[in-house]
Amino acid sequence: MEHFLFELKEGLIIAFNAIRANKIRSILTTLGIVIGVASVVLMSTAIKGIDESFQESATSIMGTENIFIDKWAWFGDVPWWELRNRRDISMQDYRDFKAQATLPSAVVPRTVRRQTTTYGDVNVDGCFIIGTNQDYIQTTDLKFTEGRFFSEIESNAARRVCVIGGVIAEKLFPQGNGVDQVIKIRDKKYKVIGINDKQGSFLFGDFNPDNMIYIPIEAMFKDFQSRHRGGGISISVRAPTNQMVPAVKEEAISVMRRIRGLKYDEQDDFSINQQAALLDMINQQVGVIQIAGLFITGLALFVGAIGIMNIMFVSVKERTREIGIRKAIGAKKRTIMGQFLTESAFICLLGGLIGLFIAVLGAKIIEQYDFPVSVQVDAVVLAIGISLLTGVLSGLAPAWTAAKMDPVDALRYE
Amino acid sequence: MNIITIEHIAKIYQVGTEEVQALRDVSLTIDKNEYVAIMGPSGSGKSTLMNILGCLDTPTKGLYTFTGKHVSDMTDNDLASIRNKEIGFVFQTFNLLARSDALHNVELPLIYAGIGKEERRERAREALTKVNLEDRMDHRPNELSGGQRQRVAVARALVTNPSIILADEPTGNLDTKTGEDIMALFETLYEQGNTIILVTHEEYIAEHAKRIIRLRDGLVEKDEIIETRRVAQPRQI
Ligand SMILES: Nc1ncnc2c1ncn2[C@@H]1O[C@H](COP(=O)(O)OP(=O)(O)OP(=O)(O)O)[C@@H](O)[C@H]1O
Ligand SMILES: [Mg+2]
Repeated sequence: MEHFLFELKEGLIIAFNAIRANKIRSILTTLGIVIGVASVVLMSTAIKGIDESFQESATSIMGTENIFIDKWAWFGDVPWWELRNRRDISMQDYRDFKAQATLPSAVVPRTVRRQTTTYGDVNVDGCFIIGTNQDYIQTTDLKFTEGRFFSEIESNAARRVCVIGGVIAEKLFPQGNGVDQVIKIRDKKYKVIGINDKQGSFLFGDFNPDNMIYIPIEAMFKDFQSRHRGGGISISVRAPTNQMVPAVKEEAISVMRRIRGLKYDEQDDFSINQQAALLDMINQQVGVIQIAGLFITGLALFVGAIGIMNIMFVSVKERTREIGIRKAIGAKKRTIMGQFLTESAFICLLGGLIGLFIAVLGAKIIEQYDFPVSVQVDAVVLAIGISLLTGVLSGLAPAWTAAKMDPVDALRYE
Repeated sequence: MNIITIEHIAKIYQVGTEEVQALRDVSLTIDKNEYVAIMGPSGSGKSTLMNILGCLDTPTKGLYTFTGKHVSDMTDNDLASIRNKEIGFVFQTFNLLARSDALHNVELPLIYAGIGKEERRERAREALTKVNLEDRMDHRPNELSGGQRQRVAVARALVTNPSIILADEPTGNLDTKTGEDIMALFETLYEQGNTIILVTHEEYIAEHAKRIIRLRDGLVEKDEIIETRRVAQPRQI
């Protein structure tokens, strides 16, 4: 061990001198590794950032404990025309379900329309208007900057009150003080009773709580959605705990089949959607991005590695005589091998550190555009590990060529 | 006690389809504290013999016994170790590391012997002092004269206290006076009990030795003892 450290130290000194003697060549050579490592680090942190914000957004919109009973399936292999022919889920279905299901901690109806909202001369297009009832608050972790959610009475009476998401509130009321103001949703006047915290979200573009406006579902039917045609809703069901989700789902299916009067040989005419399925899909997509990213960066690293290998071969050739001298005075094969491996690992490590530095700068720049990246410790370890590995791997063949040189031939080399 | 015994050594090079017999059949023994010159016309196999004696090269045929050990049975690592500890080489073209200063060049064999920094430095300085280069330790080869370079090489050869010093035309690239300086160094080493083998073209240099072995076409032509040898005197610097 002591001897190994000793040889490593000598190898490092030799490597350092060799690099210093060929400054420009060393810089050019490391360029490939610099680019390779920079892209590996950037890519991996970007992917991690994307993945994390996907998960976060999905959780903030749907909550991991929620399942959704819908006419439509988010995923799956039921053809869309069959889905279209299904019966809508009605408010009566919701009431029956709520009465019969025993496991859920909350059951709420939900329906969505997009409308333009106006306050004074400010218009916000494409707001997601969510029609629901007072229990909705139990299925999310919405935080209030001001005000409150609507009550059972307001809900049942179809009062024109609304709770608005952080981003919409910012646009409508740049000065704040939105509560108790009256806004127009399309052409109907609604009183603002609550404003949610801005969450910031990366997934689904605008479809996140920041761009939502919650109103009583009965008001929705009155103003924006016919109860009869296209009057379908979906039912959000909250499980008391994460572990309970499968049981709640199981029960939901049997209760819904009973309510819908399905015979044992008939298929479900509704879908149970849940966040887990969405996450699966996200993970798949992130996986694809990851593979593509790794392939591209792998290619960059590979090109860098070939550059290093090439320059190490040149270096070995140039120093044939030196190798002969070292062998003549007692250097063993493994010493020579170690010397060149150390050299190429050292060059790559330098390149890797420069690459890391560039990646950190790059991440800082990208962060300014609200793209979620930050270089973490594991990326630093990754950069150092990868550049050392590349150095050792691409140095192997040249180092072996040097190690197995015949001392007499090497000394005679001109 | 003999350090070197070779029996029926041959070295054959294959050049294309042709065989070049650099050494045909050479047998000889060399004792401790001998001073041997190897002579012969160009191409007679002197360097080839030296390389084999120095464990840099292995013979095609024959048996080589170095301090009682069969060299032919040794692994590359063993050979490297013998070159490091038992043999000191001096070459015609100096063969110093161009990018390292004199001190580091002399230290190098000790590095490969795994000797710690303090002791290494000390011994390298000592060796450089022996060859009168104590004031040139931090000079690189290209900042030294030919004679000085060769003295660094001699210091490097003797720094490990080898059993034997091999010199292949050590004065070949030097003028007569400087050559004489180098010969004076060998003289001192010889007086201190070292074993020295040197290859030379020049009769005058060979006469410093106690024994001259003459090669011709890969065979020993003559092996003679010098009765009245030259003794090199150190120049007054
Ligand atoms: N690597 C080699 N491949 C082929 N032939 C070689 C090789 N090395 C030496 N020879 C041949 O072996 C013979 C002996 O060479 P060697 O170098 O031992 O001669 P030498 O006596 O040292 O000559 P000089 O006085 O010119 O240095 C020569 O004919 C040379 O051409
Ligand atoms: Mg020769």
